[in-house]
Amino acid sequence: MQADWIWGLAGGLVIGLGGAVYLLGNGRIMGASGILGGLVDGSGRSTAGERLAFIAGLVLLPLLMTGLVPEKAATHVTSNAAVIIAAGLLVGAGTRVANGCTSGHGVCGISRLSLRGMVATVFYILAGGLTMAVLRHGLGVI
Amino acid sequence: MRVALSFVSGGLFGIGLYLSGMTDTRKVQGWLDVFGDWDPTLAFVMGGAILPMAIAWQLTRGRKPLAGGTFPAPPKHEIGHRLILGSVLFGMGWGLAGLCPGPAMASLSFGGWGGALFLIAMGAGMMAAPKLSLQLDRLAARA
Repeated sequence: MQADWIWGLAGGLVIGLGGAVYLLGNGRIMGASGILGGLVDGSGRSTAGERLAFIAGLVLLPLLMTGLVPEKAATHVTSNAAVIIAAGLLVGAGTRVANGCTSGHGVCGISRLSLRGMVATVFYILAGGLTMAVLRHGLGVI
Repeated sequence: MRVALSFVSGGLFGIGLYLSGMTDTRKVQGWLDVFGDWDPTLAFVMGGAILPMAIAWQLTRGRKPLAGGTFPAPPKHEIGHRLILGSVLFGMGWGLAGLCPGPAMASLSFGGWGGALFLIAMGAGMMAAPKLSLQLDRLAARA
């Protein structure tokens, strides 16, 4: 458990490397919600190939990792279907309305000192923290 | 070239999310749970990821992307209602389930039915977003 922060830092560096490849290679900002969202709503049809390739890598390499480091394969997702559906709807709609999520606004935005990225990150962390406080400690729902 | 670079980038992103523990919803919710058993891991992940990205942004100066085209325009500084309200909605969902778009996709192969259901709902939310944005615009104009 003490090693969690080392794994976090190491994994974070690899995440940033992925973003650097996407930026320096393709000239684009690595934002998970934008890459997927452009496929879902059709706005990114002209770049569908590279979007699909990104998602293929994003899905397949972790699958490979489950064989190499199996102890990290647990997601502990809640078994409450209503909570999952509500959460998915909020995350999908919210990230597209805000035009970014943890990777686009967070990692890629903050690293170029984007005011929008920093403001978005403050608001989604505050909203997430408040949701945890109210629903876990207030109402005991999650 | 662009497709191959995208695959490599997505792969690195996925490996990083997996190793850092960000595909584990307990660690993400642990970061947001300041009144419970707070878990600082996410801050290390963010910090670790921002470092190479900051270097990459520096390297874009005076250069062109490897696969052609141009680099993104300098960041805009307008803070509108869409940015704020969208981020609040996103954060609420993030807290509820401990999943955001990257890890939700990265854990598809081992996340079980719950992870798959989340992805379907997230797709539906993304489809609803353009209409929701217009509604929020109307509300903001009235306020």
